[in-house]
Amino acid sequence: MKALVTVLGKDKVGIIASVCTYLAGKNVNVLEISQTIVNGYFDMLMIIDVTEATCSPGELAGGLEELGGEIGLMIKFQREEIFESMHRI
Amino acid sequence: MISRSEARWTNEMILEENLDVRTITMGINILDCADPDEKKFCTKLYDRITKTAENLVRVGDDIAVEFGIPIVNKRISVTPVAIAAACCETDSYVEIARTLDRAAEEVGVNFIGGFSALVQKGTAASDQKLINSIPEALAVTERVCSSVNLGSSRSGINMDAVKEMGGVIKETAFLTKDKDSLGCAKFVVFCNAVEDNPFMAGAFHGVGERDCAINVGVSGPGVVKRALEEVRGADFETLCETVKKTAFRITRVGQLVAREASERLGVPFGIIDLSLAPTPAIGDSVAEILQEMGLERAGAPGTTAAIAILNDNVKKGGVMASSYVGGLSGAFIPVSEDHGMIEAVEAGALTLDKLEAMTCVCSVGLDMIALPGETPAETISGIIADEMAIGMINNKTTAVRVIPVYGKVAGETVTFGGLLGYAPIMPVNRFDCSAFVGRGGRIPAPIHSFKN
Repeated sequence: MKALVTVLGKDKVGIIASVCTYLAGKNVNVLEISQTIVNGYFDMLMIIDVTEATCSPGELAGGLEELGGEIGLMIKFQREEIFESMHRI
Repeated sequence: MISRSEARWTNEMILEENLDVRTITMGINILDCADPDEKKFCTKLYDRITKTAENLVRVGDDIAVEFGIPIVNKRISVTPVAIAAACCETDSYVEIARTLDRAAEEVGVNFIGGFSALVQKGTAASDQKLINSIPEALAVTERVCSSVNLGSSRSGINMDAVKEMGGVIKETAFLTKDKDSLGCAKFVVFCNAVEDNPFMAGAFHGVGERDCAINVGVSGPGVVKRALEEVRGADFETLCETVKKTAFRITRVGQLVAREASERLGVPFGIIDLSLAPTPAIGDSVAEILQEMGLERAGAPGTTAAIAILNDNVKKGGVMASSYVGGLSGAFIPVSEDHGMIEAVEAGALTLDKLEAMTCVCSVGLDMIALPGETPAETISGIIADEMAIGMINNKTTAVRVIPVYGKVAGETVTFGGLLGYAPIMPVNRFDCSAFVGRGGRIPAPIHSFKN
């Protein structure tokens, strides 16, 4: 099962490292990262595979949100289907 | 592959424009709980509801987290109690309402609908018992919602029942006077009620439905408003196209949630109700959409045309997105639950008469309108009769949910709290209609009902 992680907030050192470390800890494979900085704001879109994850999608979503709170960023986990169903016929 | 802009777009719709799944409503057939012994009936009812819906709230919450879309309410609707309880040897159905309330509390849903009767062609003994029980049932329970279908395009309007409803609403208002007559907010009357409507207070599980079904109501007036901002000043074709495309996207989200919920609960998927149901939050208002279309306020000349456009294109977009669009799908125009509507009433732009005109072209009817407490029962029945006639003649669903707030007069404000919002009390036409309403009997079905 694939999911999207979106990260948004003020740029600083180690954002990707923190998110990836967290995901690796849950045995989640990162498939793709695209990232940009707009006016000092960090904007990242990450596609991950959670098939082999050691916890449920719900726990991943909660864990990432918590991590976001710790490092001062908004991190959102969403299963990929919501984007596909909304934007594709 | 999902693009960054699409991902952002989706999340903006959710975070900033209040896109949400308003409700997952589980419809439960309770016909086989029937028992002449009221106690046994209640026990079976409680067991059936608590067992069938035990995972509803948890599954709803899980889906919300996994997909990152808020699912605001989890609710239950049951077969109209007047039908299921018909063989009960009892004079009052209040105990049944209490049982529904307890079952709803046990599974954690905020409303349970189906304390209902269908009397469009005539009132059976059981229907009468239910109607007599409504005021007390709504006063002593917290989560029970009630509805009565008074008319249909096929069978006309049961004017005896319409006459009675004025009294039922007044009594409900009196019995819940400590809470600004809140009981009336949990009661709605219909013409052409639909059997798969997931929205309260009118939700019930129709007799033509299967044992259990998942119906989902999607919302998102803010998303439509935002989309229209992008095409400000454009012609009507562009306007309609924009509403349609947006409605399509919103419905697809509902479809996804419905499919997921139905799979996880092992319950067949019923319908998606694509309604633009506002909330009192800023940016979540149908009136704001009307303003974005070019009206100074909801209620200004042009409002009926604007709501017609909105309603029709919401349906067109929704039908393309899901094969099972049902319920009331369209734009809701409740007063108390929409801050733009509240402001329009306060500014004198929106009157009861204009609201009635709007209901001719829109999904529902006179919804969440606070009236002066001393409005006569006959006047309320007259308002209901008008609204039922609109539904009957135009082959559409119409409804009335008005709240004559006990002890308050026009111009005062009443606060219901939460999603029910607050409302200025609207003045009512003071001329008498009691001789008309008092005739009784049934208004025959219109000529175009004769199709076979």
